[in-house]
Amino acid sequence: MTAEKSCDPSVNEMLQIAKKKGISTVWDRYRAQLPQCGFGESGLCCRNCVMGPCRIDPFGDGPDKGICGATADTIVARNLNRYIAAGAASHSGHAKHLAHVLKKVSAGKAADYSVRDEAKLVAVARRLGFETGGLTVSEVAGRVADAALAEFSEREEPLAWVESTLTGGRLAKFKELGVMPSGIDAAISEILQRTTMGVDADPVNNLLGGIKGSLADYAGCHLGTDLSDILFGTPMPVFSEANMGVLKEKFVNIALHGHNPVVSEMILAAAKEDAVLDQAKEAGAEGINLVGICCTGNELLMRHGVQALTHSVSQEMPILTGALDAIIVDYQCVYPSLTTVAQCYGTKVVTTMGIAKIPGAVHVEIDEENALVKAREIIALAIERFKARKDAPTFIPDVKSSVVAGFSTEAIVGALAKLNAQNPLKPLIDSIIDGNIQGVVLFAGCNNVKVPQDSNYLAMVKELAKRDVLMLATGCGAGALARHGFLTPEATEEYAGPGLKAVLTAIGMANGLGKPLPPVLHIGSCVDNSRAVDIAVALANTLGVDIKELPVAASAPEYMHEKAIAIGTWAISLGIPTHLGVVPPVVGSSLVTSVLTQGAEDILGGYFIVETDPVKAAEALFAVIQKRRGGLNLATRAW
Amino acid sequence: MEKEILVDFDKCLGCRSCEVACAISHSSDKSLLGAIGEKPQKRLFVEQAGKLKAPVTCRHCEQPHCVSACIAGSMQKLPDGTVTNSDTRHKCTGCWMCVMVCPNGVIRRARTDKKAVKCDLQCVDDQGVPACVAACPTKALVFMEIDEFNALKRTKHLAGIL
Repeated sequence: MTAEKSCDPSVNEMLQIAKKKGISTVWDRYRAQLPQCGFGESGLCCRNCVMGPCRIDPFGDGPDKGICGATADTIVARNLNRYIAAGAASHSGHAKHLAHVLKKVSAGKAADYSVRDEAKLVAVARRLGFETGGLTVSEVAGRVADAALAEFSEREEPLAWVESTLTGGRLAKFKELGVMPSGIDAAISEILQRTTMGVDADPVNNLLGGIKGSLADYAGCHLGTDLSDILFGTPMPVFSEANMGVLKEKFVNIALHGHNPVVSEMILAAAKEDAVLDQAKEAGAEGINLVGICCTGNELLMRHGVQALTHSVSQEMPILTGALDAIIVDYQCVYPSLTTVAQCYGTKVVTTMGIAKIPGAVHVEIDEENALVKAREIIALAIERFKARKDAPTFIPDVKSSVVAGFSTEAIVGALAKLNAQNPLKPLIDSIIDGNIQGVVLFAGCNNVKVPQDSNYLAMVKELAKRDVLMLATGCGAGALARHGFLTPEATEEYAGPGLKAVLTAIGMANGLGKPLPPVLHIGSCVDNSRAVDIAVALANTLGVDIKELPVAASAPEYMHEKAIAIGTWAISLGIPTHLGVVPPVVGSSLVTSVLTQGAEDILGGYFIVETDPVKAAEALFAVIQKRRGGLNLATRAW
Repeated sequence: MEKEILVDFDKCLGCRSCEVACAISHSSDKSLLGAIGEKPQKRLFVEQAGKLKAPVTCRHCEQPHCVSACIAGSMQKLPDGTVTNSDTRHKCTGCWMCVMVCPNGVIRRARTDKKAVKCDLQCVDDQGVPACVAACPTKALVFMEIDEFNALKRTKHLAGIL
């Protein structure tokens, strides 16, 4: 029964408690939703105007057009585009927020924030084509912030964060297809116009608009990564832990959930202040224990080694330990059910963003000018709750894994430089050429209640590791692997094939680790999927090929969010075949389905592989890698 | 031959339009907007078992367990075959014997009264077509004679194998 819900033993312990106490969880609500509507599942429901709602009969035995005349292909393509637009709006909303903060920092108007990584600031400025010599840090920061904000304006030039980060081949392809976005918000609102009633009825034309929207999402992601690195530091390798065992009974336990380090970094800063720690001690706590959920948890893990509590579908579960004093959230991926589950325990759910409120939560709005003040206020709420539960029993599962994280592009290059200082990419390229690393697979995405939590990730990583495939991971995918011990040197010892093990050991030893690197490198939050692109672009440029020739692939084995659909679409647009472990709501249109899974390969070099069986999925990705190796005249292997 | 409510299991998409239509037909207003305040109750249930989605309806059995079990004599089989306790001679007393013996689990408790409610086929239109069938967008629910239903099935089967 619980094996159907989650592979995570701490989650299963909490599910027993939920059952005993009659607390409804995401899994209960999913069951109550079954059966889910097949029109929705196939993408054949259109609610874009009030003449509807319309449905196309997938069996060809009923209406084959909506009232306005839209066919199944049109409806499915338009629905897909709206997902992409929403995903792009989310990533770029996060990026935009960071850009505003950087702008205020450069003008001296946000004293709680600063440029922590000047080297990254200069690198980004130079990449954008600015001369930085003779300018102060504030001036450079102002220029970069202005360039970032300009990405959201109306203009004719291509997005700088697309044009300055991709290969010439990709840029030429996008211009040829007419999908190069000139403004992030422009691309998003263009999709909304294109898909509203009576605009773009051509399904393939719609898909091209979706690709443009996904490139706007890519720009937003890269922007988010760059600006977070500038403001909060570029991640370097860090050791930490993951899973519910990181909660500490005698500490004030505070979970940071959501996405933007703009908020979570402030809570972290406040929690280290003596006055705040004194407050906690006066309440009888031994200290304050910050832990992370979802992407903001990843941001803090990558930069500061803050432990990861849980991710995605299991986000309600830590409340049931009784030890979680507060969950502080900003935006995206936060289940509104948290306040209901928290009711039974008094855990304070605190919302901090004006656009992201939840009934039942306490709202303490944080903006750049008052960030630390509000952060202290919020921590005080958590301390209050600790006082109330101080001697009550807690049920913290004794489950946690060690984690190695912090693999920004800079960190990876830095680690490789210990093997070859002049040409750090050479050891990686040589390993790919000689086959010790067959190729690279990036794991991204969420947990989806439709899949037993983590099961697809775990099965796929094992199959690929033993076949010498190097893996990267982001977001809740990295979280899944973190909680099950795959982000450790021990996982390399246990699961990696001989070639992969040799390479990871060489890098680990050269860097003084005394052990191999993990078989999966945690490269960050979901916006940090852009880091993987930087690595792919560097490899492609060095080898003189385009990304679509590289033996690389991506996988979203348990995705659910619109953001994941946006990222998946830019991944295939960049020429990276991308596996989806959950069937996307496009199957109602054979045209759209075939373009996404086959036609895209000819047009873009990347395409979607939809496969719900994780072992078959791993096999499909391995086949992609082998085909690409063959294309580069490298030795290939059988499965 | 009389017509029956039959299900083509390949066609149910789980959209629950049948449930909504059934509920609305049992409201005083008979329209969605009007019915929303009233909260009328559906009498058929779309369920999922493994990959199969299907509506589960009262079968208006020929030897209805619910009629036999009814201690008040409220549940009856009408001359036209309908099994119902609506507008019958004796009042339902809420003993729940019918609930306990129904093999399909399609008799439920009224929202406010202590009475059993079930499919009563009072929803039929002027062609005699029940509301759930009329609402089904994929013809998973059909109202037809068994001979016709079988003929269609046989033809489809042959077309599939020839």
